[in-house]
Amino acid sequence: MGIEIEIEKCVGCGACIKACPYNAISMRDKIAYIDEEKCTLCGACVESCKFDAIIMRVHHEDAVRDLTAYKNVWVVAEQKKGEIQSVSYELLGAGRKLADDRNSKLGAVLIGKEIHKQAEKLIKRGADKVYVAEHKDLEYFNDESYSRILANLIRKEKPEIVLTGATAIGRALIPRVAVQIKTGLTADCTSLAVDPDSGLLLQTRPAFGGNIMATILCRDYRPQMATVRHKVMKEIEPDPSRKGDIITVKPTETDLKSRTRVLKLVEEIESTLNIAEADIIVSGGRGLKGPENFHLIEELAKAFGGAVGASRAAVDAGWIPYSHQVGQTGKTVCPKMYIACGISGAIQHKVGMQSSDCIIAINKDPNAPIFEIATYGVVGDVVEVLPKLTDAVKKILKK
Amino acid sequence: MNIVVCIKQVPDTTEVRIDPKTNTLIREGVASIINPFDLYAIEEGVRLKEKFGGKVTVISMGPKQVENALREAISLGADEAVLMSDRAFAGSDTLATSLALSEGIRKTGFDVIICGKQAIDGDTAQVGPGIAAHLDIPQITYVKKIESINDGKILAERMVEEGYEVVESTLPVLITVVKEINEPRLPSLKGKMKAKKTEIKIITSEDLGIDKTKIGLDGSPTWVMKIFTPPKKEGGKIFEGSTEEVVAKLVSELQDNLI
Ligand SMILES: Cc1cc2nc3c(=O)[nH]c(=O)nc-3n(C[C@H](O)[C@H](O)[C@H](O)COP(=O)(O)OP(=O)(O)OC[C@H]3O[C@@H](n4cnc5c(N)ncnc54)[C@H](O)[C@@H]3O)c2cc1C
Ligand SMILES: Cc1cc2nc3c(=O)[nH]c(=O)nc-3n(C[C@H](O)[C@H](O)[C@H](O)COP(=O)(O)OP(=O)(O)OC[C@H]3O[C@@H](n4cnc5c(N)ncnc54)[C@H](O)[C@@H]3O)c2cc1C
Repeated sequence: MGIEIEIEKCVGCGACIKACPYNAISMRDKIAYIDEEKCTLCGACVESCKFDAIIMRVHHEDAVRDLTAYKNVWVVAEQKKGEIQSVSYELLGAGRKLADDRNSKLGAVLIGKEIHKQAEKLIKRGADKVYVAEHKDLEYFNDESYSRILANLIRKEKPEIVLTGATAIGRALIPRVAVQIKTGLTADCTSLAVDPDSGLLLQTRPAFGGNIMATILCRDYRPQMATVRHKVMKEIEPDPSRKGDIITVKPTETDLKSRTRVLKLVEEIESTLNIAEADIIVSGGRGLKGPENFHLIEELAKAFGGAVGASRAAVDAGWIPYSHQVGQTGKTVCPKMYIACGISGAIQHKVGMQSSDCIIAINKDPNAPIFEIATYGVVGDVVEVLPKLTDAVKKILKK
Repeated sequence: MNIVVCIKQVPDTTEVRIDPKTNTLIREGVASIINPFDLYAIEEGVRLKEKFGGKVTVISMGPKQVENALREAISLGADEAVLMSDRAFAGSDTLATSLALSEGIRKTGFDVIICGKQAIDGDTAQVGPGIAAHLDIPQITYVKKIESINDGKILAERMVEEGYEVVESTLPVLITVVKEINEPRLPSLKGKMKAKKTEIKIITSEDLGIDKTKIGLDGSPTWVMKIFTPPKKEGGKIFEGSTEEVVAKLVSELQDNLI
């Protein structure tokens, strides 16, 4: 078995008990005891022990022998209908910093149909090199052909780090690449940093529905791969004077083979603004009392030029369609400003919006949990506060 | 049709609470449940069987107690259950988990493999695509509707950020499902009886003849270095008073700091 407590070293402090997400550790005779039936060998307890009493034995038979053969940071650009998606610029922002910290170059991979004209945009946003794979059959994202092209390119060029957006496309594509290359993949990261001592990528991500954060390492395999949550990393402003190389990658017949085909795309965003992209979101909850008051939310959103969000209670009551729902089973958003109106702040709602830059909560109950994470809290009746706030915002923004 | 549904037993994260004093997770008394998305996977599997005939096999990798989850799946309409249980599987990350599951699934045979969109504990959504890659079969993720299956082809609606795509794939295929796909039924009395009687097949790594260096801790490139509770967002300024007052205060803050 891979995990052991060194009895001589254990002082029975209990730090590991708190670190275990599976409740597998308890104290027996003042010594930590690991219940094998519950332990998943996730390793979270090892670091928590200040006395090095928890030993985890790992042997990676097919570890990469020469880690120094792998250099540079890559981002996988995402395009739809030939347009580069904003998540790609965020990845470049994060990747630029990592590449500088590692004293290496930042590369980007762009796959599509007649897409090379877009490559310059990636260079202006921080890439030193852009690999472009073009073909008429690559117009739409395709799990099979895209993953094959990427895996082949990674094998050939040996980047040290590969980042992809944690989007519908990224989360489908990149696990297939990781399997083909046989390396680690960390999901949905919200923070990335280089460990100054080891040079390893510290990949931090929420798990357990946002209740905990985990920092993940990939020590012995390369590249270190991660998907990165949209709207968390900051883009860098385009610099028109930046120069870089564009490298054409020729997909082979085998690369292009695929057993799936997208027949059509049906767009169905009800409001003009997609909440996942909006900078300002005004959200309504059960505190609005009924559908007749929901227009108050829409009017404030309009005054700000923002989008309309909702709690599940408002969606379930049929006041607004599901596509507006924020939270665990809805969308995760990270706008500059999130205004929660008549929303209590249940954990399932909070995990979808708590990383917003500024949170404003309007609630008549001063003890509502939403106030715990609010930058500004207004104790009051939404039906009264909203119209006055909307008027005031209209006045300021007109000036 | 050979339908395989992958289910994971998870702690009910909606019951997980943070202890405000120690800022750690309270896990006492948190129930183990079938991953909620996997209930939709089971239901879709059973619906496919009802339409096209064949059988639904549920498969799970985990400790012995996962037997309960598999029995529940039988009560919901699955025909057979396979539990991959072996200490050698423990510590598997998504690469090793998807390899082990793909070997287990190879044994049962498959036309359609159904996974949940993601597990609510690990939350990675990587195991489904990982299984498809190991088996070298096509995949359709985030499926909200199966439009048709015929002539060895499946037509399904896949959720994307701006709406949905209609995707065609050959069989065999792996799909991952979102909760919009169906309304899971409750267990029937007959189902419950069957769940009690059904034998749960237990498979070890030996049975699979799998290379032990490729599973468990040794087969997992990723390593959870540490786990911590998210830093609490500092509560900010709270305004109380008459509607006029609170609006005026908020607006002045916004003007100074934001707009
Ligand atoms: C598995 C699972 C997944 C879930 N996923 C999500 C999700 O994705 N998103 C989500 O939002 N929820 C989700 N939920 C539901 C969540 O637990 C809460 O039930 C929900 O968020 C509550 O919505 P609410 O805040 O609008 O309603 P309530 O909790 O009822 O809160 C209403 C608030 O309005 C205040 N109020 C009432 N009247 C007024 C007034 N006149 N003026 C001002 N304030 C007023 C009250 O003080 C109260 O705080 C999920 C639950 C589960 C179990
Ligand atoms: C805090 C924490 C963070 C982690 N982060 C990562 C990470 O970033 N990268 C990584 O590779 N590993 C990670 N792991 C390990 C990972 O959770 C396990 O490998 C787990 O077994 C599968 O991942 P998941 O829970 O994310 O499943 P998901 O990939 O989200 O599950 C999707 C679907 O796959 C099927 N499925 C998943 N697991 C099983 C199973 N055991 N049996 C049957 N069907 C199953 C189900 O249908 C499920 O709905 C982490 C573990 C912890 C504790």
